Amino acid sequence: MHVDIYERFWMWGAGAIVAIFLGITAFAAISQGRVPPSHAETVDPRNVWTDPRFAERGVKTNPDGSVEVTMVALMFAFQPNEIRVPAGTPVTFRLTSADVLHGFQIIGTNANTMLVPGYVSQFTTEFDRPGQYLIVCNEYCGLSHQGMFATLIVEEGE
Amino acid sequence: MMHNRQLATANVGVAVGAFGVATFLAFMQALSRAALDLPWRSPKMYYLSVTGHGVLMALVFTTFFIMGLGVALTTRALGRPLRYPRLAWLAFWVATVGSLGALWAIFWGKATVLYTFYPPLEAHPVFYIGLTLLVVGSWIWSAVTLGTYAAWRREHPGVPAPLAVHGILATIIVWLLATIGVAAEMLFQLIPWSLGLVETVDPLLARMLFWYFGHPLVYFWLIPAYVVWYTVLPKEAGGRLFSDPLARMVFALFIILSTPVGFHHQFMDPGISAGWKMLHTVNTAAILFPSLVTAFTVTASLEVAGRMRGATGLWDWIKRLPWGNPLVSSVILSMILFALGGIGGAVNAAFGMNSVVHNTAWIQGHFHLTVGSAVALTFMGGAYWLVPKLVGRDLELDLLARVQPFLWFVGMLLFSLANHVTGLMGMPRRVYEVGYAGNAITSHWQNLTLVSALGGVLLFVSASFFLLVMLGTVLAGRRREQPALEFAEPLAGKPERPLIFDRIWLWVVVAIVLVVIAYAYPLASHLAMERFGSPGFKPF
Repeated sequence: MHVDIYERFWMWGAGAIVAIFLGITAFAAISQGRVPPSHAETVDPRNVWTDPRFAERGVKTNPDGSVEVTMVALMFAFQPNEIRVPAGTPVTFRLTSADVLHGFQIIGTNANTMLVPGYVSQFTTEFDRPGQYLIVCNEYCGLSHQGMFATLIVEEGE
Repeated sequence: MMHNRQLATANVGVAVGAFGVATFLAFMQALSRAALDLPWRSPKMYYLSVTGHGVLMALVFTTFFIMGLGVALTTRALGRPLRYPRLAWLAFWVATVGSLGALWAIFWGKATVLYTFYPPLEAHPVFYIGLTLLVVGSWIWSAVTLGTYAAWRREHPGVPAPLAVHGILATIIVWLLATIGVAAEMLFQLIPWSLGLVETVDPLLARMLFWYFGHPLVYFWLIPAYVVWYTVLPKEAGGRLFSDPLARMVFALFIILSTPVGFHHQFMDPGISAGWKMLHTVNTAAILFPSLVTAFTVTASLEVAGRMRGATGLWDWIKRLPWGNPLVSSVILSMILFALGGIGGAVNAAFGMNSVVHNTAWIQGHFHLTVGSAVALTFMGGAYWLVPKLVGRDLELDLLARVQPFLWFVGMLLFSLANHVTGLMGMPRRVYEVGYAGNAITSHWQNLTLVSALGGVLLFVSASFFLLVMLGTVLAGRRREQPALEFAEPLAGKPERPLIFDRIWLWVVVAIVLVVIAYAYPLASHLAMERFGSPGFKPF
């Protein structure tokens, strides 16, 4: 099969670009643990409010100083709708939905996950800059979807 | 052949009609985005319109156009009529009835679930059954095309298939493989659930099946556009196809790489392990390769055309291209927009970076460059080329046809770039209003949403030009014997011997193996997990 010399160069270049993309992604994933939230845990969506994992919601500080946030999404709100966490501390979010699919996105950060009824979404992140952040639902969940948001306040650490 | 022409015309006709309705819905969304105080503006109207636009554009317009184009190209390139013309008409009617059913559910407010119809949002059963019939219709069309090819193959053993047919075969194989996922979602989950036969549905399983289908769906749209780029564009531009064998390689690569990539739509989902998401990322990155090769081959073919038209020097060939030919300008502009879309796509696929853009306006900015430009603009250009030949009339209002692609280009740049930027700033997609009770950060988005609305208005004007030209041509174009469909000759002459890329079965087997590797284990372990179903909700 005859392939023009310039097209050959181009194809090698294209192959190299693909390899570089993958190399960077694989490096970040393996050496720095930069992977998307992929926690696997199920919960009965009809018993979310009484399930011991979600009966008490809000911010909890563990003995080792790490912080855990538990929230439930429902049409059309997050419960609780305001949370306060310290800056510069690892914060683990544990989230689920009580009805349909919702999204959870903290604007201005890369904290972003789907909330699927029947499943627990979990990820850990850290906020460097104190301030007020907007949390929005970014997956269509019904006619009042645009009104579904919450507030995250990152406070100066002691 | 006359019969086949009517069939192709009917399919393209439904496609153009669907496009017309969808484009009007898009116009309403653009006005809504500009937050004008119009009397009918409401969340109900907005989300209904988003659903209608998505279903009509992504599923109805594309599928019918591809069926029409497929009939026209296959019968012409093979030089024989369709093998089972009655079945082909059945395909058309099944798909039409199904689409009408789905549209009834949407416009009567019973299916405001967006075109992704994620459960446990629950639509009327007719919505799911209608869309299933649309797919069944496309399966019948696929079978007819494959049967026609098989008949031609018996008559012409040992000869490589014409390139256009090679591309249509790749389209069909990708489609048959992909629709297994959505068929399983419809038949085992959504239809019985919406009919009340089962009480609950697993929303994550539904997402896995949907995206098993949802990404190759993109290549089902794109491969026919590439067929036009490779086999029609060089001819219309006055040149030759730069490389026939590499075009065949590209189609073969799409057969194997289109499907095992669906998890890249689910990077942010719980319940799927990061390792399997990574495997799908590898395949996703690999699928950049055939498109990069296409960029070279098609651009080189255009340079050949410019030089055959007497160009000299380094850049003169660009000026020599027939920019007044609406097929040529449509395709070239769609390629430029697609290049931007491809770069954005590489960002989406980049595992870690995806979390910055997931479900933001960036995503709608992205896919309006790919399906909304590379595919839709190519199909519009294709219609300017095809429809006069199908109906035996001159293209009417051809001045509008010449302006239309450029207007689309400018409108899409405004719309898409504004959405990319607001997306990076965190603005979510598919939201009726982005004010969030006056939160300060949203004020940064406001001017850009106006830019995107302006882009939407330009796109609507462009789409209206296209519809006027189509209507004018069919109703008032001068009746005249039209030149037959003609395909570009390869620069190195027609291939005489089949290459490895022509051994379709080999590629089908590789594709199935890759799908099994990518999905068997994650699906099996998902099904083995303790799961809780969801009852349905209708918050619309």
